[in-house]
Amino acid sequence: MPAVSKGDGMRGLAVFISDIRNCKSKEAEIKRINKELANIRSKFKGDKALDGYSKKKYVCKLLFIFLLGHDIDFGHMEAVNLLSSNKYTEKQIGYLFISVLVNSNSELIRLINNAIKNDLSSRNPTFMCLALHCIANVGSREMAEAFASEIPRILVAGDTMDSVKQSAALCLLRLYKTSPDLVLMGEWTSRVVHLLNDQHMGVVTAAISLITCLSQKNPDEFKTCVSLAVSRLSRIVSSASTDLQDYTYYFVPAPWLSCKLLRLLQCYPPPEDGAVKGRLVECLETILNKAQEPPKSKKVQHSNAKNAILFEAISLIIHYDSEPNLLVRACNQLGQFLQHRETNLRYLALESMCTLASSEFSHEAVKTHIETVINALKTERDVSVRQRAADLLYAMCDRSNAKQIVAEMLSYLETADYSIREEMVLKVAILAEKYAVDYSWYVDTILNLIRIAGDYVSEEVWYRVIQIVINRDDVQGYAAKTVFEALQAPACHENMVKVGGYILGEFGNLIAGDPRSSPLVQFNLLHSKFHLCSVPTRALLLSAYIKFINLFPETKATIQEVLRCDSQIRNSDVELQQRAVEYLKLSSIASTDVLATVLEEMPPFPERESSILAKLKKKKGPGAVSVTELEDNKREGGELNGGADRGPDTAAMAASNASTPSPSADLLGIRSSAPVGAAPTSAGNLLVDVFSEAGPAAPSAAVNDDGFLRDLEQPTETSDSLLVEGSGDSDSAPPSEDPAPPLSEADELLNKFVCKNNGVLFENQLLQIGIKSEYRQNLGRMYLFYGNKTSVQFASFTTTVSCPGELQSQLNVQTKPVEPLVEGGAQIQQVLNIECLTDFSDAPLLNIKFRYGGALQNLTLKLPVTINKFFQPTEMASNDFFQRWKQLSQPQQEAQKIFKANHSMDTEVLKAKLLGLGTALLDNVDPNPENYVCAGVIQTKGQQVGCLLRLEPNAQAQMYRLTLRCSKDSVSRRLCELLAEQF
Amino acid sequence: MIGGLFIYNHKGEVLISRVYRDDIGRNAVDAFRVNVIHARQQVRSPVTNIARTSFFHVKRSNIWLAAATKQNVNAAMVFEFLYKMCDVMTAYFGKISEENVKNNFVLIYELLDEILDFGYPQNSETGALKTFITQQGIKSQHHSKEEQSQITSQVTGQIGWRREGIKYRRNELFLDVLESVNLLMSPQGQVLSAHVSGRVVMKSYLSGMPECKFGMNDKIVIDKQGKGGSSEDATKSGKQSIAIDDCTFHQCVRLSKFDSERSISFIPPDGEYELMRYRTTKDIILPFRVIPLVREVGRTKLEVKVVIKSNFKSSLLAQKIEVRVPTPLNTSGVQLICMKGKAKYKASENAIVWKIKRMAGMKESQISAEIELLPTNDKKKWARPPISMNFEVPFAPSGLKVRYLKVFEPKLNYSDHDVIKWVRYIGRSGIYETRC
Repeated sequence: MPAVSKGDGMRGLAVFISDIRNCKSKEAEIKRINKELANIRSKFKGDKALDGYSKKKYVCKLLFIFLLGHDIDFGHMEAVNLLSSNKYTEKQIGYLFISVLVNSNSELIRLINNAIKNDLSSRNPTFMCLALHCIANVGSREMAEAFASEIPRILVAGDTMDSVKQSAALCLLRLYKTSPDLVLMGEWTSRVVHLLNDQHMGVVTAAISLITCLSQKNPDEFKTCVSLAVSRLSRIVSSASTDLQDYTYYFVPAPWLSCKLLRLLQCYPPPEDGAVKGRLVECLETILNKAQEPPKSKKVQHSNAKNAILFEAISLIIHYDSEPNLLVRACNQLGQFLQHRETNLRYLALESMCTLASSEFSHEAVKTHIETVINALKTERDVSVRQRAADLLYAMCDRSNAKQIVAEMLSYLETADYSIREEMVLKVAILAEKYAVDYSWYVDTILNLIRIAGDYVSEEVWYRVIQIVINRDDVQGYAAKTVFEALQAPACHENMVKVGGYILGEFGNLIAGDPRSSPLVQFNLLHSKFHLCSVPTRALLLSAYIKFINLFPETKATIQEVLRCDSQIRNSDVELQQRAVEYLKLSSIASTDVLATVLEEMPPFPERESSILAKLKKKKGPGAVSVTELEDNKREGGELNGGADRGPDTAAMAASNASTPSPSADLLGIRSSAPVGAAPTSAGNLLVDVFSEAGPAAPSAAVNDDGFLRDLEQPTETSDSLLVEGSGDSDSAPPSEDPAPPLSEADELLNKFVCKNNGVLFENQLLQIGIKSEYRQNLGRMYLFYGNKTSVQFASFTTTVSCPGELQSQLNVQTKPVEPLVEGGAQIQQVLNIECLTDFSDAPLLNIKFRYGGALQNLTLKLPVTINKFFQPTEMASNDFFQRWKQLSQPQQEAQKIFKANHSMDTEVLKAKLLGLGTALLDNVDPNPENYVCAGVIQTKGQQVGCLLRLEPNAQAQMYRLTLRCSKDSVSRRLCELLAEQF
Repeated sequence: MIGGLFIYNHKGEVLISRVYRDDIGRNAVDAFRVNVIHARQQVRSPVTNIARTSFFHVKRSNIWLAAATKQNVNAAMVFEFLYKMCDVMTAYFGKISEENVKNNFVLIYELLDEILDFGYPQNSETGALKTFITQQGIKSQHHSKEEQSQITSQVTGQIGWRREGIKYRRNELFLDVLESVNLLMSPQGQVLSAHVSGRVVMKSYLSGMPECKFGMNDKIVIDKQGKGGSSEDATKSGKQSIAIDDCTFHQCVRLSKFDSERSISFIPPDGEYELMRYRTTKDIILPFRVIPLVREVGRTKLEVKVVIKSNFKSSLLAQKIEVRVPTPLNTSGVQLICMKGKAKYKASENAIVWKIKRMAGMKESQISAEIELLPTNDKKKWARPPISMNFEVPFAPSGLKVRYLKVFEPKLNYSDHDVIKWVRYIGRSGIYETRC
């Protein structure tokens, strides 16, 4: 830009500005401005023509006043007039005023566009640049409409000056960002890409910004830029520092261009062309090599420029994630930076390493720097660097170094900044859980965590430790002991009291043998904390007390005394009061047996994904952690999953069990008087509860209070569910037994075919029977293949299919007789036509008789025709499902079974089985993704029976719970029996 | 309960900072500066709540006085205190300016210690304060024990505003009735709102402990007397009596007596003080009438003609008359024709200012102006702000008349007749506007 010459000094403007600067108060300033505005108005009045100089001066003043925050509503016309001036300074001021002050809907826009068009078509590069800058600065849609087609032409025209090309590239970039639909590159694409080959480095630098932006939108069109960029990069990297003259910055050749090139390459996958790739790898190696060279200058700019390129190169290497050699070298280079005295470098190194740690090639290399990182965590002065160090530690943690890292993070937590404590706590909790080999270590760690940073320990963390302790028998005693010791501290955090209350209430008996932790001592210890706690904790403690009464009958009197005192039984808090009253009554009325049933130890929690992890993810957002998170999940298939929360599941279990008639119904009655837990129980409907909970992850924190009550209730629930189970078993065992001489394993064979239609039904030394079957609505066709495994023919081979008992009226099976002779090694086929008349529970029998070497062989099998074969899958949405589920709420319509898993609990296998069943497997219906929900309609001749199924696996306990609801009760029962054998 | 009191100059620099309660931290000083004095947009509200701390401020020329509190105080009390504080400072060192505040640094802290105790306002009567807070440095050597005890008994006694044993050779008192008249008038001459707020300020130089009684043409008093007196009297005085809407008194006035007999009797403080404040809305004498005439000629021209008429006895002279005619924001030139006084277009204030030094009653005068406008892209119409006016007249626009001021001093040998009394009426314009 030509400097403003002395004669153009605009003294009036300088005086005005200094006047404004000298104003003592706001009022004085406003007065001065009003005066000036009046002056300018009188000058612009139009009765005498102004020369360019004064016009420029007054427009400048107006601009200045506008920038001070005052409204300007005149002078636009004068500014537009300036655009047509031939003097650079006047044109410049005109454009400046327009860029700052003209809004897009102004009437003047046509005039302005005209002036810009004139300048663009002039041969004067300075004027062209001014016009381009103005377009870019205003960047409105109108501008884009007017010039979007014009600018690419200028950009690629052969005779355009380099400086104009630069401006045009950046101007186009701006227009593309505001209205991408108007900037159509089409024909220009390849010519724009070839700007990368331009002689002038400035043009390349400007063009590459444009290309990067464009290629992010449509990568395919700009694919060719990769090879050009690589060759350009290699030319820059390999050039001596003096080659590029103006574009060498403190001995670094074209650092900005290099960074932009590397960034452009990050938009694309590694080049496929071997030569290009080789060249690129060479470049990257050269960059890494250069980092090792001694600096050519002591100046900070030199190292900044060098490192900028280096970091960009490292992110490219990480982006490609395919060159182990480069990754390790990058890691080593970053390792050096970890100890650099420049804080920014350390920060960047830690940040890049975090991503490196997630790559399998460099994970080990990153781990070697653990000491340095730990040191950084302890000694860094800047909190953001410490935060990065903590992130990196979390990312590099695996089984081998978990103990060390967790210990370091714990010790750092004591002095950590408040802003990052909660996140640190979550991370420690996750790492401790994920990599715990030894559960006592896990318990120690978490208790330490609560001790050190109790305030930052969220609900999820202490829920989790309790879940894990409850699910692991081996650690319970240790946990009780540790908690007991931790509670000895004169001041312990409320979360610690919660954990203590819960664990001692459950497992206090495990340490009661020691006189130092006798029941009474335990109780007194807990009670000494009681008065310092908040209401929810007190409620929890009261529940722990009632559990004590069960565990240690000798404490009954003391505890009753406590419950009876006014501060409990007349507590102003209704929840506490109710608990005190109910527990007191329960302890005095119920017999020890009942008490033992009601207050039985908690059953294990179902396995779930850790809710802590979910919380951390939520906290961090999907960006930073997710990569490492996924990686971690991949590496460790989640070995320590307790149930994450006792959300809908336990509630559902409680509810459904409560609805079944059970010997402890009177106990349930007592319990259902409790308002908090009672609501779900009395509803007696499984899915009502599922609705009442927001989702699987949310409730643990939200319903903390009743969550606990529910937990406490759970023992009773399970106990009666066991009772129900017992009676259920005795009912269901005999019915399908056939008095005839079917094989003893017939039932087993039958079960094999519940979920599949084809296969081998039976095989012995002589005979193999294969089955192929297909079903449509209430009709089925079954092909039986009888294979003679011997070399001798079977004589008088007859098969009969019979429907025993009432099956006759339920199923219609027709068949044709088979050939009486079966040659050795031959196979004969028989077709069965099956029609389902109504629902049935037994299976038809297949009797096979033949003579083998004179001996009569007689064989009876059950044909694998089961009611589920006539399923028609039904797809439905979540709310439909629940609506129907609710409609089928009569107790006899539901059949439920809890059983041990006989087969692998693999998700895919389970899904295949459920699909084989003939039902539709519904996704996203059950709030808990672990559970399976299916729906189908059984087609019989007479009627259709709708069926809904819910299967809840518990990987921890290797158990399933299966619930079926059908419009016909016999169908539910039969299906339930059938399916129970399948999983 | 004022937590702290701060005085700032126009730049927001703290001149005086006195914290009375612990709940006001040091950062409160900065909070007010940042959020009020240096606020991007001018803060109009005199009460600002910043981070659960309330700030009450008043501005005297370039000086900001701010009281801070965390409690739910009576805002009126706080402002009353701040005004009183301004009065006290003015009485001690004249105009409140940055220089004066800096020069009287120690004195202000002394005063603040005295008039505010743990945030509760104390005796802020200048007369009383002057007896023990002086500008001449420590005088305690000269104070005899007796004098000291006298001060104590006065300050803590029943008549805290006057000490005993005052002697003057000439017993003299000055009475000023100061009124400001506020008006908003429609272009057609209809009064939209008008009221007068007045003050009676006294300066008394009387010996001993005199008992004074002040009488004026209060309608209630006159009517009461009128009932007892002759009918002729009643009609005569009825014309001249005025209805007072509300009034407040100096603490020396015996309110019980006012309530029962509506008579104003008091033992006056020594020196200058404000005896009462009052407000009237009925039968106001409007000293001037403004008749505007505005004509828009096309988009670029505006013709304005303003006539003022004085509406009082022709023997009286109004002074310092100033008429301010606002001009549109896109004015590019003004031509003025003015018969009397001086008129000028002030671009910095966007107004035509017309000044007349003196004007007798029952006269008329006018200016006419031709305003040239610059066409703008804004379609906004000119809002036509009202024409405002300033003046000073030697009578009370409310019609208030002082009927008597009697002085009794039973112990000393001077009577009501010996006291020289001066009475003066000054009527000023408050916000005196006419729409155009």
